[in-house]
Amino acid sequence: MLHSLRNTFSLGFKSVWNRRGTAALTLASIAVSAALLSVVDRVRTDAQTSFANTISGTDLIIGARSGDLNMLLYSVFRIGNPTNNIAWDSFETIQARREVDWLIPMSLGDAHKGYRVLGTNLDYFEHYRYADGRNLAMSAGEVFSGALDAVIGAEVAEQLNYAVGQQIVISHGITATSFVTHDENPFTVVGILAPTGTPVDRTVHISLAGMDLIHAPPGGLELPPVVDDYEPEQITAVLVGLKSRIAVFSVQRFLNEYEREPLSAVIPGVALQQLWGLIGVAEYALLGVSAMVVLAGVLGLLATLLVSLNERRREMSVLRSVGARPGHVFSLLLSEAALLAFLGAVTGLLAVQLAVLLVRSWALSEFGIQLSLGLRVFDFAVLAGILFIAVLVSAIPAWRAYRLSLADGLTVKI
Amino acid sequence: MPDAPLQQPAAVVIDNLRFGYVPGEDVLLIPDLTIASGARVFLYGPSGCGKSTLLSMIGGVLVPAEGRVDVLGNDLASMKGSGRDRVRADHLGIIFQQFNLVPYLSVVDNVSLPCRYSQRRLQRARDDDGSVDAAAARLLSELGIDERLRARRSTDLSVGQQQRVAAARALIGRPELIIADEPTSSLDADRRRDFVSLLLSECEKANSTVVFVSHDQALADHFDNAIDLRTINRAERQSDAA
Repeated sequence: MLHSLRNTFSLGFKSVWNRRGTAALTLASIAVSAALLSVVDRVRTDAQTSFANTISGTDLIIGARSGDLNMLLYSVFRIGNPTNNIAWDSFETIQARREVDWLIPMSLGDAHKGYRVLGTNLDYFEHYRYADGRNLAMSAGEVFSGALDAVIGAEVAEQLNYAVGQQIVISHGITATSFVTHDENPFTVVGILAPTGTPVDRTVHISLAGMDLIHAPPGGLELPPVVDDYEPEQITAVLVGLKSRIAVFSVQRFLNEYEREPLSAVIPGVALQQLWGLIGVAEYALLGVSAMVVLAGVLGLLATLLVSLNERRREMSVLRSVGARPGHVFSLLLSEAALLAFLGAVTGLLAVQLAVLLVRSWALSEFGIQLSLGLRVFDFAVLAGILFIAVLVSAIPAWRAYRLSLADGLTVKI
Repeated sequence: MPDAPLQQPAAVVIDNLRFGYVPGEDVLLIPDLTIASGARVFLYGPSGCGKSTLLSMIGGVLVPAEGRVDVLGNDLASMKGSGRDRVRADHLGIIFQQFNLVPYLSVVDNVSLPCRYSQRRLQRARDDDGSVDAAAARLLSELGIDERLRARRSTDLSVGQQQRVAAARALIGRPELIIADEPTSSLDADRRRDFVSLLLSECEKANSTVVFVSHDQALADHFDNAIDLRTINRAERQSDAA
């Protein structure tokens, strides 16, 4: 049995090698389809994981009245823009509630060479959590203490080749190129955060005082002795940690019904679910398209085998004459299809690994998606699925070859 | 029908064989044909007289509508297709007019091909020469194929070389019966005689029975018996397809 199987695959391999030109094209089409399926799923799951890991332990995000998703995107993922600001009075009101454990004020709107600038206070470094509850950590320097101190994320430091002591100028607006720069108030990098794999890595952190200082007219801002005690008039958003999660809904209701200004309070997990729901349709559509591409690749394999069948009738009859039974002819065709499908799928999956290796830092910096290396269960499912479908559809030419080999006997004349 | 006395058990026995591709139009109607074991039989006749059809019967590819085809004690007519395939794999070596070597296999791989499908021939090749490759190498050497050509693809060889490779393929594992269907038609007269001599010499070493089909009667003197198929086939209509 093993001998027979080895024989069949050995012959199948030699036969495929003999037609390596067309076989390579078939293999390439299967490789592309396997790669596409693997990439779509990898980006989908890695994006979910990356997004889910971005924030942890925050019970509510508060901002000016807007949609849940918009607030989540601009406050946590640094994507898009806030609709309005919220008054510092409101921040203090929220802070005074007994359910509240900590608050992180956030002031957004400026950038440095395309990297978002976040004005905040030291509570950010103490309370912000990501992934499974990990704290922010410094890889160099320390947190800001002066109004013109900056703490930069790991990627900002790496990409711009910044070290502690670097002078940076912040631009107005959030685009990579800006016509308005705050070059009269350059900041000094005093600390670099350790990598987190989240948008924090792509953020320049400054104090709330620093944020107001660069927007105020010269000499128009009076700072307290301790910069972190500075109270701005307005901020963009607030991250809230509660003493007990049971209070989430009551605090949320309070904030959504807040009378002094229109506010929205968003539960991060719920907003993330909305995000998945929104992009889930597109994800499944992409997966569906990828599955169709796989089908097209396998149909290409079927076409190649069917087309080659007539010119191989003599070969089949020769095999029959030397003792091959119809089952051998049938299994030879199946083995060729299996071989092409296996090699195609493996090539595609390995190409994905190579591509991930090449683009992962770009994907992280550009989209905040931490693409993972290594084969996953889904990849093995893709391999098995393609192999199964290929063997299934190749039963058609295999059956035809079987019938022809019976009809042609030993004396095919073509 | 050969008149020579048969001392050994028969390799092929045909009894009241009737066959036609279309019902009612017989191509073969042979009351009696016996080919002794070890015999070298030359079968001739014009195109369409049923030579290839008869070989397909003996090869177990076609089955008679009536009658018995017994090959080495196996009644092919009563056997299932898989049984006939097994008889062909284990006991028959076939040489075609167009050689029919597998283009993507090397010369040695072509010769050893039957051993992939027959444990019996595989074992014989190993017993005789130690390995299938060694058996293939010996046969190729005996048939005059240069050692340097063995690893080449069969399509790289000349017509004469391809024919000898086809003969080596039929002979590997010492099958009891060699069927040769006009194997010399592509060769010139001198090469035909050389090839037939070489083939028969190898068959004698392997103790194989030979049924050699050709329309070139000049080759008949190499064989023990020469049979004009028209004298044993009683079918009135003899198909062109045959």
